[in-house]
Amino acid sequence: MGDKNFQYILEMKNVGMRFGNVEALRNINFSVGKNEVVGLLGDNGAGKSTMVKIMTGVLHPTCGELYIRGQKVTAKDYNVKKAHKYGIETVYQDKSLGEKQTLWRNFFIGRQITNRFGFINIKKEKEIANNIIMDMIGFRGVGIGVDSKVSKLSGGERQGIAIGRAMHFDADLIILDEPTVALSVKEVRKVLQFVDKIRISGRSCVYISHNIGHVYDIADRFVIIDRGMVVANFSKKEMTLEKLDEFLLRYASKKRGDELEI
Amino acid sequence: MIKTEKKGLLAIEGFPVMLVFIVIILAFMKTAPNAFLRPTIYMSFLTYNAPTLVLAAGLTLIITAGEIDLSFPSVIAFCGMVFAYLYHITGMVFLPFLAALATGAFIGYMNGLILTKIGIPSIMTTLGTNFFWTGLTILISGGVSLNVNPIKGSFLHTLLVGRIGDLFPAQAIWSIGLTIFIWYLLNRHAFGESIMFIGDNVNVARVMGVNVDSTKIKVFTLMGLMGGFAACLLTFEMTNFWTNQGSGFLLPVMAAVFIGGTSISGGEGRVIGTLFGMFIVGSLETGVTASGIGGFWTRLTTGLIMLGSIALNIVLDRTNGKRVCFFENLRNSVFTKGLKKE
Repeated sequence: MGDKNFQYILEMKNVGMRFGNVEALRNINFSVGKNEVVGLLGDNGAGKSTMVKIMTGVLHPTCGELYIRGQKVTAKDYNVKKAHKYGIETVYQDKSLGEKQTLWRNFFIGRQITNRFGFINIKKEKEIANNIIMDMIGFRGVGIGVDSKVSKLSGGERQGIAIGRAMHFDADLIILDEPTVALSVKEVRKVLQFVDKIRISGRSCVYISHNIGHVYDIADRFVIIDRGMVVANFSKKEMTLEKLDEFLLRYASKKRGDELEI
Repeated sequence: MIKTEKKGLLAIEGFPVMLVFIVIILAFMKTAPNAFLRPTIYMSFLTYNAPTLVLAAGLTLIITAGEIDLSFPSVIAFCGMVFAYLYHITGMVFLPFLAALATGAFIGYMNGLILTKIGIPSIMTTLGTNFFWTGLTILISGGVSLNVNPIKGSFLHTLLVGRIGDLFPAQAIWSIGLTIFIWYLLNRHAFGESIMFIGDNVNVARVMGVNVDSTKIKVFTLMGLMGGFAACLLTFEMTNFWTNQGSGFLLPVMAAVFIGGTSISGGEGRVIGTLFGMFIVGSLETGVTASGIGGFWTRLTTGLIMLGSIALNIVLDRTNGKRVCFFENLRNSVFTKGLKKE
């Protein structure tokens, strides 16, 4: 896995992103340390998803630099496949799994175990998928198997599968993009348990959410972004949930005040 | 332990369609025993439906990818013309055959390029290119057909459309073989898996590192190539090219794919279903006529059977929890949904 003497798994320096006239991100400095869970907070449209897409290679930033394990990555040869190679996996809110496909296909899409001619080694893939489902995620006795279709799974189970997939591929950094949106309280708890498994296994995690309650318990550090800029960055020790809540509220009202003055 | 959700016969791909096909054949054996209890009708059936089957197998991949191709009738016409004209100019058989295949692949490649790079939905792209290539065929040929009778007896002619033991048509082996190959491609190859995920949810495919555009272009190129091959099978069998030789293919091919249980919404393809779907479509025409019900009934029956088998597919495909129960599925199906309270 390359050089071991790095401070951050992933670091963004002065990253900016423009879509035509819209400046989605401005001067973003963001980093994730080893075995650290970072909560990335922000309102809808603050630029969280754009940041995720840059980290995972779906989008290329218009300016700024990206470092992975202390090494600079040029935008040109960074894409989803490269991100996977660097050990960065993403779990999206709704676009992680193919609904009509079986679980074993979902585990290996984009990086199948194939022979020389590109034919899939189904037996091996199913075996590994079975291990992930049973041991890594712990879906024992719930009637979920490698041949189950994703459409049969509950929202929490889906996120579990996606997280299990990320852990299997030896990801050092797992990015969770709003994994608990549209889930019931019980399902949210399940997802948070999966996140705990990420931490215990020694991996790092970026947890994106606009719900502080979910993030607070599991994150070590919080980064708050608003309108494309980082507005706060502090560790859990510096702040209690009440204080954080207050801070966000104050921030929101100040913002509204600003707008009124104009 | 690896669990499968579908048990028994339902786990076989395309089982409902096989069932419908067997029922139809048995019915025809009863109503027209003179025709359906002799091998001749099956041989002629396999002969004349080979191009349809090749096209239907290719179209299954396209529909699985969530796209549609309406341009293959023009491929049949244009590639047939390419072969016939080049044969007349050069006197060779093999090179014009390769040229026809390449032309088909090129037409498919252009379709793929237009719909991915410009972003026109495939239904409009291929409708447009269908008109274009059909028009070009008429323009170049002047609407005149061209006889290629002397290719009979050439090696390639025997290889593609000869009769094994003076009875069994070689094109049946080619078309069924190709269909089996397509099944492997879709179900066992990384390329096929990409197709399924693209048809299922293009965003998932993209974030999981599937190259969506290049996969789509490849699928359409393959479809064009298979269209070129189907055109050659047709032209070789008929030893003749005529300008509207592709016109009868569009609806039977689509019907075969949909009867086979491939969903229009993409993400799932049933190549074996398509094979039997094609058998059903092909046998209805012959069977209804041979049964003496009268040719006027063919279309009507085809329509009923098509709707019936699609409905059967949907009903049988529902899996509730771990066990699949036919009557339970029937009760929960769309047809009875309005009858019970939520």
